[in-house]
Amino acid sequence: MISATTPPDSDPTGRRRVHSMLKLYYGLNEEGKVVEQAESLDPCDINGPHFDPEVYLNKLRKECSLGELMDHESCTVKQIRSLDSDMQTLVYENYNKFISATDTIRKMKNDFKKMEDEMDCLSANMAAITEFSAHISGTLQDQHAQITKLSGVHTLLRKLQFLFELPARLNKCLELQAYAQAVSAHRRARCVLQQYSHMPSFRGIQDDCHVIMEQLAHQLRQKFRDGGSSAKDLSECVELLLQLDEPAEELCDKFLSHAQSRLEADLQGLEAELKDSPVTDTDILEFIDRGCNEFVSNLCLVIASYQELFINQMANGKLHVFVDTLAARYFSLVERRIQEEKGVGDNSLLVRALDRFHRRLQAISKLLPGSAVPSQGTEIVVRAARERIKQYLSALQTFYHDSLTDVRQALAAPRGATSKDATPSLTELLTSLSNFILNQLKSVLASVHLFTAKDITFSNKPYFKGEFCSQGVREGLVVSFIKLICQSSRQYCESAGDRGGSTPPALLLLLSRLCLDYETSTISYILTLTDEQFLVQHHTPVTPVTALCAEAREAAQKLLNHYVKVQGLIISQMLRKSVETRDWVNTIEPRNVRAVMKRVVEDTTSIDVQVGLLYEEGVRKAHSSDSSKRTFSVYSSSRQQIRYAPSYTPSAPMDTSLLSNIHKLFSERIDIFSPVEFNKVSVLTGIIKISLKTFLECVRLRTFGRYGLQQIQVDCHYLQMYLWRFVSDENLVHFLLDEIVGSAAHRCLDPSPMEQSVIEVICERG
Amino acid sequence: MDDDAPVIYGLEFQARALTAQTAETDAIRFLVGTQSLKFDNQIHIIDFDDENNMINKSVLLHDAGEMWHISGSPADKAVLTTCYSKTSESRVLTCAAVWRMPPEWESGSHESPDDSSNNPQTLELLCHLDNTTHGSVACVLWEPLGDGKRVISLAENHVLLWDLQESSTKATISSTATLEGKGQLKFTAGKWSPHHNSTQLATANDTAIRGWDLRSMSQIYCIENAHGQLVRDLDFNPNKQYYLASCGDDCKVKFWDVRHINEPVKCLEEHSHWVWSVRYNHSHDQLLLTGSSDSRVILSNMVSISSEPFGHLVDDDDLSDNEESQQEDKGKEPLQDSIIATYEEHEDSVYAVEWSAADPWLFASLSYDGRLVINRVPRALKYHILL
Repeated sequence: MISATTPPDSDPTGRRRVHSMLKLYYGLNEEGKVVEQAESLDPCDINGPHFDPEVYLNKLRKECSLGELMDHESCTVKQIRSLDSDMQTLVYENYNKFISATDTIRKMKNDFKKMEDEMDCLSANMAAITEFSAHISGTLQDQHAQITKLSGVHTLLRKLQFLFELPARLNKCLELQAYAQAVSAHRRARCVLQQYSHMPSFRGIQDDCHVIMEQLAHQLRQKFRDGGSSAKDLSECVELLLQLDEPAEELCDKFLSHAQSRLEADLQGLEAELKDSPVTDTDILEFIDRGCNEFVSNLCLVIASYQELFINQMANGKLHVFVDTLAARYFSLVERRIQEEKGVGDNSLLVRALDRFHRRLQAISKLLPGSAVPSQGTEIVVRAARERIKQYLSALQTFYHDSLTDVRQALAAPRGATSKDATPSLTELLTSLSNFILNQLKSVLASVHLFTAKDITFSNKPYFKGEFCSQGVREGLVVSFIKLICQSSRQYCESAGDRGGSTPPALLLLLSRLCLDYETSTISYILTLTDEQFLVQHHTPVTPVTALCAEAREAAQKLLNHYVKVQGLIISQMLRKSVETRDWVNTIEPRNVRAVMKRVVEDTTSIDVQVGLLYEEGVRKAHSSDSSKRTFSVYSSSRQQIRYAPSYTPSAPMDTSLLSNIHKLFSERIDIFSPVEFNKVSVLTGIIKISLKTFLECVRLRTFGRYGLQQIQVDCHYLQMYLWRFVSDENLVHFLLDEIVGSAAHRCLDPSPMEQSVIEVICERG
Repeated sequence: MDDDAPVIYGLEFQARALTAQTAETDAIRFLVGTQSLKFDNQIHIIDFDDENNMINKSVLLHDAGEMWHISGSPADKAVLTTCYSKTSESRVLTCAAVWRMPPEWESGSHESPDDSSNNPQTLELLCHLDNTTHGSVACVLWEPLGDGKRVISLAENHVLLWDLQESSTKATISSTATLEGKGQLKFTAGKWSPHHNSTQLATANDTAIRGWDLRSMSQIYCIENAHGQLVRDLDFNPNKQYYLASCGDDCKVKFWDVRHINEPVKCLEEHSHWVWSVRYNHSHDQLLLTGSSDSRVILSNMVSISSEPFGHLVDDDDLSDNEESQQEDKGKEPLQDSIIATYEEHEDSVYAVEWSAADPWLFASLSYDGRLVINRVPRALKYHILL
């Protein structure tokens, strides 16, 4: 039965359970720690420590039925049995272990006994060795003491000899000018002499030494004062003097003043070079080189030796002041020299010079960490770069103006030659002009680009990375130049004066096309090129391409408008003179077209050719099939009759202008001096509009006789025959010419128009 | 009702000559002279009824010839001068004469406005400004604010100062000046300055503007190349004695300070063709009217060079009465020079513009096709100037 309920050995889990129960009994939990046994205070818990059998039994008797009691009893008996068997097993196991432990202890006892014997033997041997050693040292002790004494005496004698020889040695050193040796020798002896100065012999030596050292110090000071020696000598000198207990502050001042005088000599050398030789003699690189090699390296030396010598005694402040004042002078010289560098031909020299200048100043920053000198140097470089950009801008400006002058001359020159030579040159001039400008700009950009080259030390300064590229090059140079082109173009429109004579119209046309080209492509090309070359990162707002393009377009528009105006005025002037100077009342019957009209047509044709070279044709309204013949209907005699007939009836005046009024009602208002489009037709339309309107206004101010009117008819017909082809809308020409003839008829004392056929014959005859 | 709508009146003939009736200060009245070679020329008297927005017209016959210029006497509203062309022996000559309107014209026209054209009354000739020795007259100028006894005529290159005597029936030349120079010089326009006791005159010939002292009849200044092209008209600022506006064939209107003649004070370029006429408003000289052969009339507000650059100056008494308006005034920004309006009612070239003598907010413009348009200064601006 027991084996059936709890098989003691066969099942590990069963054993574990037994162990754990035992542990529990002894108050240990799984981890071997005492368990809080709060839960087992119940006296009825059969496993708890406070178990009270009486209470338990009473409880059982009270609560359980007989059957249950029987069951419980058998169960309890079963448990008791199993516990008994467990206990037996444990007792047996413990007994076995105890037996084996006893065996082990017995064995250990035997081993220790053997070891004890060996230890006794060892201690006997050691005692013998100690004895021998004591004996040996006893015999050697006397001799050792003697040797030590002898060596002490020898050293003392050597020292004494050194002391006695000291004055002579110092003298010799003095003769040989081996000051350093002398000072170090004296230093070694000084303390001893001081200590034993109460003894007459030593005192003598000390006095001698004093005299010699005084002499030496004097000589050193002399040497120091002369200042002729090199910086290295000087610092050596100072070092020695310091060791001779010279007052450090005084020395320091003296040292600095000497250094200053020498550095100033360098500076004067530079200044003299700056003054004497014109810029062409030595280039800036040589100048900077000299400055670096002489002044800056000396300055570095001074700083280094100062720090070596005085840094413990003195504050750095003095040195800073010293360096700053000298550097300021040096910088002013350098700046003067840079300012003289005006030629814009070769930028690389300047950049290299600045680079060297900047690089050498870095040495100072290493030597003298707190100094403002390197940053001032950087500022000079920055200023130089800014200045350079300005110079390039003005150089570009002069270049632009020069090339414009060239163009102007080229335009003026071929006047004498045949027109065929002159005409193609306009396109050539345009391309060459824009190429010139673009190339110049590119070369300037390349020059400026040197400032940001990788091997240049200052190129990684924040200014050159950011502001220089965006504000300096892009805004200050490229954008300003483009703006300048636009602005000077606009000036041509204004300064060209109201008479329009000073600027040749062809130049206006050419510039207008140039500005338009800039608007369409060149500006964005240049700016992209700049941005790429300089990797511009726009931290600050920059002028956008669109704004520049708009400006260029505006300039182009203005120029073209002005061109139209100027050309229109030239033709207007001819027409006005021709109308104003003639006596229209008493003129003879027209036999041919007046020469001025032929001239007008000729000029218009040549303008057409000129504009055609630079601008596209443009759109025009569809022509009627025979535009030149259209005059037939306009001036047909029948219509003329209609128009002029009412003049003979008294009630007519209302009708006279009826036709033209109706025409006006339905046609759009014509703006005479209005902006034109960028094409040939529009330009020509503008010019013709201006000319014909002038013609109209002049005609209205005159009074005509019969033949005067007829002459106007002939002239207008002639213009009609030739001008329609130039304009975008031929109706415009028709309308204006209609108005002219109509107005002339109104202003005519004897309006009897000429037969259309006669007009045609006259016009065809030319 | 939109009071700002323009009022249009059409003449049967072409016309260039327009003037306000200077001596009339109650009625808004303009005189228009027609230009016709074949028919009898007329002077249309245009009366504008501001309240009903209506026009009453009367026609007087001017049978001497077509009119190029017309000008009303500042003293007597019935007296006026015209410049008219006369053709004789195939020679055209522009003459000038002083006329008086018949006294009955007003009543007659009101009784039967419809048939006034049928039997129009004729102007009564007072005297000719005889010019046979001096050539064609460009214009006749009355002495501004004068008693109607002195006129100047500009004939070719001569300045003639006339004294009108015996109720203007006799005209005698009191002094003359002649412009000498290369080529054929010819005055195109002139203006008698209302300042300096009416002793100064400005004339235009070709591109130059000249000032004259009428006491010595000598030139006092000359603005060469005042305009790129011909100078068409001039006007004096009524409130600033040295300021002068001019216009010309370069489409520009320029303002001059005659003490500094090298540069114009200001330049406007708003018209797209020749500017034929320029007029300062008589009371508020920031308002400037220009008419051009681009068929437009432009009203500009030139505050910066006016006599009231900071707006209307309010009297101290008014200020103490109304504290609020004072603060408002201080906050008010000075007005900018600007174009107030462009009037496009005309279809043909506008050769003359004129402010009304009676109402400073009203003006007329005349185009070659005989259309007269009467416009008002926009109400908002009017109040802005007044308040």
